[in-house]
Amino acid sequence: MKHLITCVALALSTPVLADTLVVQSTTSTENSGLYDHLMPILERETGVKVNVVAVGTGQAIKNAMRCDGDVLLVHSRPDEEKFVADGYGDYRRDLMYNDFVIIGPKADPARVAGAANVTEALQRIRETGARFASRGDDSGTHKKERLLWQEAAIDPDAGSGQWYLETGSGMGATLNTGVSLGAYVLSDRATWISFGNKQDSTIVFEGAPPLFNQYGVIPVNAGKCPTVNREAAEIFANWLLSESGQAAIGAYQVKGKQLFVPNANHKLNSSIESK
Amino acid sequence: MNALAEAFRLIITLDADLFEILWLSIRVSLIALAISAVISLPLGTWLAITRFPGRKFCILVLNALMGMPPVVVGLMVYLLLSRSGPLGWMGLLYTPTAMIIAQVVLITPIIAALSNQVIENLHQEYRDTFYSMGVTGRRAVVAYLVDARYALTTCILAGFGRAIAEVGAVIIVGGNIDHLTRVMTTAIALETSKGNLSLALGLGAVLLALSLLVNALVIGVREYAAKRQYA
Repeated sequence: MKHLITCVALALSTPVLADTLVVQSTTSTENSGLYDHLMPILERETGVKVNVVAVGTGQAIKNAMRCDGDVLLVHSRPDEEKFVADGYGDYRRDLMYNDFVIIGPKADPARVAGAANVTEALQRIRETGARFASRGDDSGTHKKERLLWQEAAIDPDAGSGQWYLETGSGMGATLNTGVSLGAYVLSDRATWISFGNKQDSTIVFEGAPPLFNQYGVIPVNAGKCPTVNREAAEIFANWLLSESGQAAIGAYQVKGKQLFVPNANHKLNSSIESK
Repeated sequence: MNALAEAFRLIITLDADLFEILWLSIRVSLIALAISAVISLPLGTWLAITRFPGRKFCILVLNALMGMPPVVVGLMVYLLLSRSGPLGWMGLLYTPTAMIIAQVVLITPIIAALSNQVIENLHQEYRDTFYSMGVTGRRAVVAYLVDARYALTTCILAGFGRAIAEVGAVIIVGGNIDHLTRVMTTAIALETSKGNLSLALGLGAVLLALSLLVNALVIGVREYAAKRQYA
C-alpha cells in the first residue's frame, strides 16, 4: 500500500506546464520536422522551452479559444483574423509561406498536369470521374481546398463517398489514403516533400497564385485567458519574427529542398500596435 | 523486412528517444494500472458478494463501460482538464498525469467487470462457509481478493493491455508532445501520418515485445508463487 501511495504521489508530481510554453499548431510544421529544427535553436537563444501540440488548424484555434495554449501557429488567414478580432489573440503576424500542390498518380488519368489554372485542374478531376481524397477535418488545408472547389463552381459534397473521399484525418493520413487509392489530394508542399510513403504518386499541379499558403503566428490574449504564459509567448513570437528566427526557418531543408520561406516584416515589439 | 530491422537497430543502439518514449509508456500505464486496481478490484468484489436493489443494473453498466471508446474518454477528460473546464486550474492538461487519469477511467470498468465475474464464481462456492464463520463486509472483500489473487492477475493484465495499447485518449489529453507526453502508440500514429510506415510498424513490434515481456513476468511470478504455496 505504501508503494502504491508513493506511485500516486510520483504520478501527481509530474511536471506541470507552468514554466513552459504550449504552442497550438497546424500539423504540417510538425510532420515536416520544422519544429525539431527550430526548437533547439530557440531554446539556446532565448531559454524558452516549447511544447508543441500539433492538430489541424481548426482544432488548434478551438483549443486556444479554451485557453489550452499560449501561442497559435496556423495557416488559415480569415480564421486567424477572426480569432484576433474576437479578442482571443493579441495580434497576428505573417511568419512564413510555402504553397499547396495537387498530388496525383504519375499516370495522371485526369490530365491535371496540363491544366491552365487551379479551376481547370479541379474541373478535369471532376469530369473524368477521378477520385479526390479530402482532409474533411476543418484544417487550414481543408478550408483552402473547399474554397478552390467553390471557385471552380463544383459542389464536391454531391459525390461524397463516391469520387470525393473525406478522410476526416490529418495531412499524412489523407496522403496515405490518396496514394493507396490513386486519388488526387491537395497537400501543403512541406508535408509532401518530407512524406515517406509516396509510392506511385507525384506533384501533378503546382505554382498557381491561388495555391499560396501563408502561415501566421498569434500570441493568445492574456485578458481572455489569464493562465497563459504571456511573457514566454511574446519571446517565442518575437524570436520567430526576428532575423535570427527567420533565418533559421529559411535554412530548414528536407532532401535538399527548402520547405518554408520566411516573410515576417521584421516589426518587433508589435504588441504595442496590436489589433 | 526492413521494419523489424529498423526497430531492432533502435533497440540495440539503445536509441535515447525510443527508450524515453518506451519508459513513459510503461510508467503511465503501470501507474494507471496501480490506481485503477485499488479502485476496481474491491469494487468488482463488493458487487459480487453484496445484494442490494439495482445491483444487477450496476453490473450491467460496468460491463457496458468496458466498450467505452478511448477517444470518448479522452474527450471527457480533456473537457474536464481544459483551462476553461472545471479542473482547469490544476494545469494538468498535456501532462503525463492527464494521460494517467484518462487511462484510469478507461481500464477501471474492465478490471472491475472481469474481477466481478471471477469473484461471483468463487462466491457460489464460499458463500455458506464465509457466512457461518461470520466473515462479512470489508473482511469478506479482502478474503475473496486474497483467495482469488491468481485468477485476478488475468483481469489486471487485461487492464494493462488496454492501457498500453490505447492511443485515442492519450493523444487528446497528452497532446503527443515530444519529450513530454509522447508514448509508443502516439509515436506510431505520428510516424504513420509522416508516411514512415516501416518505422511505425517497427515501433509496433517493440510495443508488442514489451507487452509480451510484462505478461511473461506477471505469469512467471504467479507460477512461482503458486508453486511455493503448494510445495
